[in-house]
Amino acid sequence: MTTTRTPPETETVGTLATERLDGGIVVVTLDVPGAPVNVLGPRVRQDVSALLDRLESDPSIRAAVLTSGKPDVFIAGADVEELLGLETAADAERLSREGQKLLQRLEDLRVPVVAAIHGSCLGGGLETALACAYRIATDDPKTGLGFPEVQLGLIPGAGGTQRLPQTVGLRAALDLILTGRTVRGRQALRLGLVDELVHPAILRDVALDRARALADGRLSPSQGRRRRGVADFLLDENPAGRAIVLRRAREQTLARTKGHYPAPLTALDVVATGYHEGDERGYFAEARKFGELVVGEVARELTFLFFATTALKKDPGVAAPAPDPLPVEKIAVLGAGFMGAGIAAVAALQQTLVRLKDTDDARVGRGLRAARDVFEERLKKRRLTRPQFQDLLALVGGTTRYSGFGNVDLCIEAVFEDVALKQQVLREAEAVLPPDAIYASNTSTIPIGVLADASRRPEHVLGMHFFSPVPKMPLLEVIVTPRTSPTATVTAVAYGKRLGKTVIVVNDGPGFYTTRTLAAYMNEAGFLLDEGVSIEAVDRAMVDFGFPVGPITLLDEVGLDVAGKVATVLSEAFGARMPRSRSLQRVLEAGRTGRKGRSGFYLYDKRGKKGAVDASVYTLLPTGPTRLDRPAGEMQQRLVLAMVNEAARCLDEGVLRSPRDGDVGAVFGIGFPPFRGGPFRYVDAVGAPRIVKQLEELEARFPDRFAPATPLLRMAARGERFYPERGKPV
Amino acid sequence: MPLASPGRRVAIVAGVRTPFTRAGTLLRKLSAIELGKLAVAELLQRTSLDGKAVQALVFGTVVPDVLAPNIAREVSLLPMLPKGVQAVSVSRACASANQAITDAADQILLGHVDVAIAGGAESLSRVPVLHSRGFSDALVGASRAKSLGGRVRSLATIRPRDLRPITPAIAEPSTGETMGESAEKMAKLNRISREEQDQLALRSHRLAAAGTADGRLTEEIAPVWIPPDYTQVARSDNGIRDNTSLEQLAALKPVFDRRYGSVTAGNSSPLTDGGAAVLLMAEDAARALGYEPLAYIRSYAYAALDPGEQLLQAPVLAAPVALQRAGLTLADIDLVEMHEAFAAQVLSNLQGFESRAWAERAGFSQPVGEVDRARLNVMGGSIAIGHPFGATGARITTTLCHELRRRDGQFGLMTVCAAGGMGFAMVVERA
Repeated sequence: MTTTRTPPETETVGTLATERLDGGIVVVTLDVPGAPVNVLGPRVRQDVSALLDRLESDPSIRAAVLTSGKPDVFIAGADVEELLGLETAADAERLSREGQKLLQRLEDLRVPVVAAIHGSCLGGGLETALACAYRIATDDPKTGLGFPEVQLGLIPGAGGTQRLPQTVGLRAALDLILTGRTVRGRQALRLGLVDELVHPAILRDVALDRARALADGRLSPSQGRRRRGVADFLLDENPAGRAIVLRRAREQTLARTKGHYPAPLTALDVVATGYHEGDERGYFAEARKFGELVVGEVARELTFLFFATTALKKDPGVAAPAPDPLPVEKIAVLGAGFMGAGIAAVAALQQTLVRLKDTDDARVGRGLRAARDVFEERLKKRRLTRPQFQDLLALVGGTTRYSGFGNVDLCIEAVFEDVALKQQVLREAEAVLPPDAIYASNTSTIPIGVLADASRRPEHVLGMHFFSPVPKMPLLEVIVTPRTSPTATVTAVAYGKRLGKTVIVVNDGPGFYTTRTLAAYMNEAGFLLDEGVSIEAVDRAMVDFGFPVGPITLLDEVGLDVAGKVATVLSEAFGARMPRSRSLQRVLEAGRTGRKGRSGFYLYDKRGKKGAVDASVYTLLPTGPTRLDRPAGEMQQRLVLAMVNEAARCLDEGVLRSPRDGDVGAVFGIGFPPFRGGPFRYVDAVGAPRIVKQLEELEARFPDRFAPATPLLRMAARGERFYPERGKPV
Repeated sequence: MPLASPGRRVAIVAGVRTPFTRAGTLLRKLSAIELGKLAVAELLQRTSLDGKAVQALVFGTVVPDVLAPNIAREVSLLPMLPKGVQAVSVSRACASANQAITDAADQILLGHVDVAIAGGAESLSRVPVLHSRGFSDALVGASRAKSLGGRVRSLATIRPRDLRPITPAIAEPSTGETMGESAEKMAKLNRISREEQDQLALRSHRLAAAGTADGRLTEEIAPVWIPPDYTQVARSDNGIRDNTSLEQLAALKPVFDRRYGSVTAGNSSPLTDGGAAVLLMAEDAARALGYEPLAYIRSYAYAALDPGEQLLQAPVLAAPVALQRAGLTLADIDLVEMHEAFAAQVLSNLQGFESRAWAERAGFSQPVGEVDRARLNVMGGSIAIGHPFGATGARITTTLCHELRRRDGQFGLMTVCAAGGMGFAMVVERA
């Protein structure tokens, strides 16, 4: 005797597939057609609304499971492009209200819905999950939950600021919303963000089981975190404790954002509103503030950076038709200094075999140690298991000889910045590298063409300018010469992306793009010291403008010797526009090298921790110990315009391919304030005519340094912008 | 019948080892698995071989890690090797790495694989310390007990004497005789004098020191930066004494027979840490991958005798068989590498090569012959270089192949004695 089972009915409407199983259980799979990830655009909202109608009206349905059809993504969040199309705060507020109402319907639904989460569950995705009756996540490392909205200058806009504190408590909610960080499954379970953690293979089965139990009344809907601890009771569960938590969070956030980023503080207010005035007022506040932020300047610039970096991820680095990149399975790193070791470490983290060469045992040993430190940090943070840690160590093979170069795909040279040395090392390496290996120099200043002159295969030579510390800095500047082959370029770009870097491709020239524009800015800081302004005043002005550290602090960090070399190369290249500051020269001549030598413009203790300004340094400066004041606004204008003007020249000379690359390079490479978008975005925000006028005024006071660059003059004359005023910027 | 006859020859392409360091010194914190990984990782780095080409890994060790008994598999899980590399650990006492090499070579000859890594590693700084039988029984009993009372009763059977830890000695399980006692017995049976032994030890140190000084020995060594600080580097074997003298050696007291003995710490191989590996390929695979082999394996043989007799004399039985299989005689051999467990054993083995009685025991009418000392262990041996049991066979193979090339010789013979009364011999032919 055979029994026939009716196959489950599956019905696909737009972005949602609904599968009806026995016992009145439906599995709803979100799968936005033609998109790599699920984002909550208008179509999804419309389909979800229709689904809710059906679930409400069909009495045969008893429970539902919500899952994703995308590999390793549950729901990645809101549709950022849709947000960009919003013109007024009222429009944005309306969108937020619409989202809130939709998720309120989901929460209030007669039918319990279980969220089965594997992969990214971010922003609106997490808000959707929070509105479900029960949440199950996988213990896979690809599963991550969070509210990244603040990173775009926004706050959660579909009820997240209210539901998250209700689910996980105030402190955990603030931590997630204010930092935008993502938590893995294990931590999500601990926080009470999800109710269960399972292996991906049984996610669906467990979710179905839970859905049935909820339908049968054997299981209650999620209550969020079970509150147990004394701290929970004292801080999260009573108004006095919450007041303390909110005040402390405000202080910490202000210290971190320095008042430049409104979103985290706004989120704090909105969360507090929910506690003080109830859910209803909380939701209203959330929608109103979301609306204001969406059309605000900071969100606009941060969204631009999001699109710019997303576009760069798809950019192969050369004009179409781009050749395929060559595979990179083994790299050689020449020079085991801090840079070389950092490159070796990030390469190993991507499973690349590394040959790390330096001239003696002690240097190689220090390099191996520095690479190990990078791995150890990840081990401590549990981002690596011990076996993975051991594997990484095994991938980095130290040597003092040119052995094991026969199967190297990419050789990255990171020796001291000296043309003769770099040329000699290139020749030595080429003798042992396979003929099709790509040779990259990690130089910040030396023109790649000069190095390529020493090569027998200049078509394989380019620059890969990493930033220090390599594992933390997000930018890679790839420098190509007219002789560099497209294959070499696309390979370096593709490998840089594999290392997790945002990669810009620039044409060769003294200082390329980042070093050159940074040098213009740093030089101007040096001139301020020459004129007699105090070190603190210069640094404070630029930190207030939004730079992460002041220029003089940065000089100490980079090393005065290195900065001096750069200044020399660039003053030779650009003449009167970039003369060398006397202050830097004199301090360097006095034998100070900055933090690494524990002696620079600031005081350092034995371990290199920075203290106050070293007052004795003033006796070395041109005006001696007497210091004068300059308005912060004037200092900011001089430094920033020096940088902006130089960036515009880079665009004019073809060093830069686009303003986009210039903005991304300045923000991620040299610390241009992200909320200002980058030098070209800054010109657009201020207006080219005003920038030109300011430059002309400065040029009158400081001849040869501030003559406006051609593109700025042209734009001012024609009333043009670098980016379109509305819509998607790139 | 030479191994080359089916038209397929096994090429020894390269060999790399860690420095061999005295137990308790530089490499003391590294396990045998870690030492093996260091040797194999550097072998792959130096040869610029794509790990994906490797199909099998065979590794030897004598004192295995109880928690990770298949050292070969652990080593083969190095990140630059594919997870599909099948791996097996072998154990033939001091000839374990030789066993690894011949097993891998056989797999290549059979056509099962084209590229294999073979070697071995040992940490004698990290030998496992065991509990007594009584203590183990009580613990096992307690873990199986169903009630608290049962657990307590079981643990109550532990007596103070049970708490004394047991360190494994290098003794024959079948006879209870330690290795040193066996060497002492061989010295007496074969009438090897103390002075002859000390002379051989001195020679071993002098030649090894010369090989280190001129870089011939260090060429095959992968420097080891010692984790976690990497400030110390082990670059060469640290047991070699270039300044020792016959007088100093003569001053040492016999260890195993204080009254009539002649075997001392000075004329024995020391307890040593180290790992070693060789890259083996089918001849045509080597050519296809663009490698010039160091040498080909021409033949090998294992032999054994009663461990209660002369424990370390079996190379005398293996060598004539290996030579016969190679179709060669000792006269054809340009270099001989003989593992030096003890000077008394080396001298006994050499004496056995010349003996008609030993030849007959091996089934031959003529003895192997007298080994020309100028061709024997020309860069010293295990007495000076050290002897991490599981690794030595790979070290000798690499040293022999390199030196054969340097001297432009054609054939090399190696022999290794092993516990259990076993012996090994192999003939290699320069490529």
